[in-house]
Amino acid sequence: MKWSEFFTSSVGKKLVMALSGLFLISFLVVHVGINACIYADIFDDSDNGEIFNKAAHFMGAYYVIRIIEVGLFVGFFIHIIQGYVLEVKNRAKRNIGYKVPMGSKGSRWYSKSMGLLGTLILLFLVIHISHFWVPSRVTHTLEPVNYGTPTEYHNLYARMYHTFQQGWVVIVYVLGCISLAWHLLHGFQAAFRTLGVSNTKYIALARGAGAAFSIIVPLLFALMPISMYFNWVDLN
Amino acid sequence: MEHYTMNLTLKVWRQKNSQDKGRFETYEVKNISSEMSFLEMFDVLNEQLIAEGKDPIAFDHDCREGICGMCSMYINGRPHGPWQHNTVCQLHMRAYKDGDTIVVEPWRAKAFPVIKDLVVDRSAFDRIIQAGGYISVNTGNAVDANAIPIEKEKADAAFAAAACIGCGACVAACKNSSAMLFLSAKVSHLALLPQGEPERKTRVLNMVAQMDKEGFGSCTFTEACEAVCPKGISVTNISRLNKEYLVAGLTEDKR
Amino acid sequence: MIDSKIPPGPLDQKWTYYKGHCKLVNPANKRKLEVIVIGTGLAGASAAASLGELGYQVKAFCFQDSPRRAHSIAAQGGINAAKNYQNDGDSVFRLFYDTIKGGDYRAREANVHRLAEVSVNIIDQCVAQGVPFAREYGGLLSNRSFGGTQVQRTFYAAGQTGQQLLIGAYQALERQVALGNVKMYSRHEMLDIVIIDGKCRGVICRNLVTGELERHFGHAVLLCSGGYGNVFYLSTNAMGSNVTAIWKAHRKGAYFGNPCFTQIHPTCIPVSGDHQSKLTLMSESLRNDGRIWVPKKKGDTRKPNEIPEDERDYYLERRYPAFGNLVPRDVASRAAKERCDAGYGVGSSKQAVYLDYAAAIIRYGKIECGKQGITNPTEEQIRTLGKQVVKEKYGNLFDMYQKITGEDPYEVPMRIYPAVHYTMGGLWVDYELMTTVPGLYALGEANFSDHGANRLGASALMQGLADGYFVIPYTIGNYLADEIRTASISTDHPAFVEAEKQVSDRINCLMSIQGKQSPESFHKRLGKIMWDKCGMARNAEGLKQAITEIQELRKEFWSDLRVTGTIHEYNPELDKANRVADFMELGELMCIDALHRNESCGGHFREESQTEDGEAKRDDANFSYVAAWEWKGDSQWQLHKEELHFEVAKPSQRSYK
Repeated sequence: MKWSEFFTSSVGKKLVMALSGLFLISFLVVHVGINACIYADIFDDSDNGEIFNKAAHFMGAYYVIRIIEVGLFVGFFIHIIQGYVLEVKNRAKRNIGYKVPMGSKGSRWYSKSMGLLGTLILLFLVIHISHFWVPSRVTHTLEPVNYGTPTEYHNLYARMYHTFQQGWVVIVYVLGCISLAWHLLHGFQAAFRTLGVSNTKYIALARGAGAAFSIIVPLLFALMPISMYFNWVDLN
Repeated sequence: MEHYTMNLTLKVWRQKNSQDKGRFETYEVKNISSEMSFLEMFDVLNEQLIAEGKDPIAFDHDCREGICGMCSMYINGRPHGPWQHNTVCQLHMRAYKDGDTIVVEPWRAKAFPVIKDLVVDRSAFDRIIQAGGYISVNTGNAVDANAIPIEKEKADAAFAAAACIGCGACVAACKNSSAMLFLSAKVSHLALLPQGEPERKTRVLNMVAQMDKEGFGSCTFTEACEAVCPKGISVTNISRLNKEYLVAGLTEDKR
Repeated sequence: MIDSKIPPGPLDQKWTYYKGHCKLVNPANKRKLEVIVIGTGLAGASAAASLGELGYQVKAFCFQDSPRRAHSIAAQGGINAAKNYQNDGDSVFRLFYDTIKGGDYRAREANVHRLAEVSVNIIDQCVAQGVPFAREYGGLLSNRSFGGTQVQRTFYAAGQTGQQLLIGAYQALERQVALGNVKMYSRHEMLDIVIIDGKCRGVICRNLVTGELERHFGHAVLLCSGGYGNVFYLSTNAMGSNVTAIWKAHRKGAYFGNPCFTQIHPTCIPVSGDHQSKLTLMSESLRNDGRIWVPKKKGDTRKPNEIPEDERDYYLERRYPAFGNLVPRDVASRAAKERCDAGYGVGSSKQAVYLDYAAAIIRYGKIECGKQGITNPTEEQIRTLGKQVVKEKYGNLFDMYQKITGEDPYEVPMRIYPAVHYTMGGLWVDYELMTTVPGLYALGEANFSDHGANRLGASALMQGLADGYFVIPYTIGNYLADEIRTASISTDHPAFVEAEKQVSDRINCLMSIQGKQSPESFHKRLGKIMWDKCGMARNAEGLKQAITEIQELRKEFWSDLRVTGTIHEYNPELDKANRVADFMELGELMCIDALHRNESCGGHFREESQTEDGEAKRDDANFSYVAAWEWKGDSQWQLHKEELHFEVAKPSQRSYK
């Protein structure tokens, strides 16, 4: 069997979704880890994002990481394109629909709505990238800051703080995180099953870990705009 | 159990043949006993239609005891009707009450074209089996049945997968019209047994290829299939199929 | 005299002798020979697959949408084989002997012995195909016991043995389809055979989707179309099971053997009303633990649980203390009928008896309490644990009962009543399974079979697979070896044209009656006549009446039938009309056969021939033969007798007291 056949069969396509999905999940771990540095401000009011800005600087300073970043975009691209291709093709497998639809009988709504949830996340992603990634990496419009060393850092923290002072942005971010949570709740465990985890013990593990992951990570993300909006994490 | 009778309104898909566009028609049936099976209620309706000189409704059915897999009706938004682990032929009218409206549709999937009314063509399933759903052993070649002991748990799991009756409810329920539950049941049945070992890799690759050719969708683990399966075939089999495919696709070495 | 072509030699050497001496066809010639197989149940699928493997060009036909739907799939209990894995004294001879005795000495010794011999190969073959039989923890095959035997020789796959065996044969068949050796025609119904120069050379089929008639040539034709229990309208057979294929063959010269031998299964869910379309079997295995009873008081209307122990009549245990609830099927069925006819029946129809698990639940519950070390258990604890055990053993059957009746069999006794289940009769065949038409074979339930006048549980699957996997591949070669010079005959041959015309004329005739009554309504009326007068108990007067009634019904059928729709489309009503027309002719022959056989044997009970205490009385002096009926025109048959010789299993009176 050729690689091209392997990855383009119905099972192979799902495999691509699962692998790219898990790759994006691993990115979320890094992303949430670095962003969580903003919470340092809660414990030390003078931090003002110093730890966070340094960590963010690190992520932009090395070629290896920049290359990985390209990989990340490729991962997003594959996951999104493949997701839409599958959605369209799968829908076409039933040319005449039912008068009385099945609805969610026997399955969970979010399992059936991965395309919709994915689209919401994609919309959110566009807003999100234009808020932070574009000024940081493309237009370089972030104000500089240094912490007593010659190295100059982008003050991404300040940008975050200012951005999250607008109520509608906070709402959009929270909604994005909720979409992500549902998307992960299905995607995390399904990815493992697509990769062939068939032992009930391990399926249970994947489900448990998936549920924990899909609650904790989006919650940490969602708390960022909220805590800045309410000045639990602030700039002074 | 108290018995009662009921009057019902039925909205049934009528389609003269595969070329016809098809439409819903509404029928009233009266004095239906709660002890009837759903198909017996259809028998009553058909006799009524014949008496009126109309064409009776065509539907597939044979054993009427839930094992042949022939009956196939999508009733009020669910393949095989409201009961769990059940086929249409075993659904009884106790499930309904006087005055109910019941909408009956055929299995809907591109790979299952309608032949007439509620009858669909499921020969795609046969072709998937032809692609590799067997163990190649000619008659007379077998060793003694007890020559190869099989772990009881594996034998039981193989049996549970082999219980599939090939009715196609999984396809009818799946939002992607995927035949993965059907396919995975057969792949699991044979992969779990030592007798299936020699053809393990080619089997899964060929069967998946055939399934794709027949025009079924892919699996997104919504688990609707398991929920409507009359034999309770588990979606775990789909995970096993994925594993079989992965291992076979990565390690198989030919061409 | 008809020649059954039994090979010479001692009984246990006949099959070996035959295999060593029959003619063979070399592989190059096999490729040129075409074989038609009608029906894809255990016999048909296994035959088509095996012949395909040998290299013959096979065409297989079934009326269902897939060969996997054939009614063999519904067999629950298991399949017998003389493996003696349990070390309990089983052997080929014992299986042979049990089958002959169980059949009340009305089967052919040589065939039955061959069946017992090949039974062991069947299990090997099925396991190699991946049939998931039940296993012990050590990984070896498990066995259970069944009625009429004293050893454990039944292999099973939960309550779905037939399904698993059929799927095995179906997969073997589909493999041959993929290899191009078998061409499969689903949704096709055989409507006639074609005879050229005295030999069967093909069939006329109707494509049930388009309605087109098709001609198919074959050097030989195998009828594996199952039994005809649906002549009774209500039976445990599938709705589509029919006699048409073998009936058409019968009308073209194949003799019909023992048509009246019908098996009535004692444990079925009773009829609930006029709407009933079919009956559902509850496995024989339920009689292992359940107790069967009726109230001692006539017309007792109390609920079963309100009837005290001493007012219950456990009539099987009373009448047959040695075998109790485990008497053979024919005996258990008649006893149930006797009680109901006498006015002791239960349920709203009064045509049912109780099958009670209360005692078994308590018994198992106590054992379980002992195992778990519960001292002084409460009644509630015993019942809960007992129910769990029963659920494990029979859960799927109890669920099925609950679905159909809406009653909880763990709480109230099940209501059961006998129902038509299997037909031992069928086309007469010789040792090679060939009918009286050269080149036309009958396999499985379609032939008059190896079961005599009564079939033992778990033997039908065995026979179907034996015929298909291990008998026909040898015996067909003996015939086809002489056919290698016969080139394929064009289906434009006048015999094909004529046969197709006959079929087409009859279809046109059915469509043109345009009367008032549906095929279904005629079928129902026929079934009622058959059940009332040619059912569990038969007498001369009733049978004579039945013959007249059926003839009248036939006349009415051909003048007042209404078939809706048209010929050239998917038209189940037309299919049904075709089948009912044949059932009516068959029904008449069954009554004639039952009338002529003035003895009781196995499933055939003539009220005139019974002992003082109401048991069946066989008449070996006058009826130790197979009745093979030759069609001589409408309502006319000629009887041919194949005398049965019992050299090894000497006939004795069956007693289960």
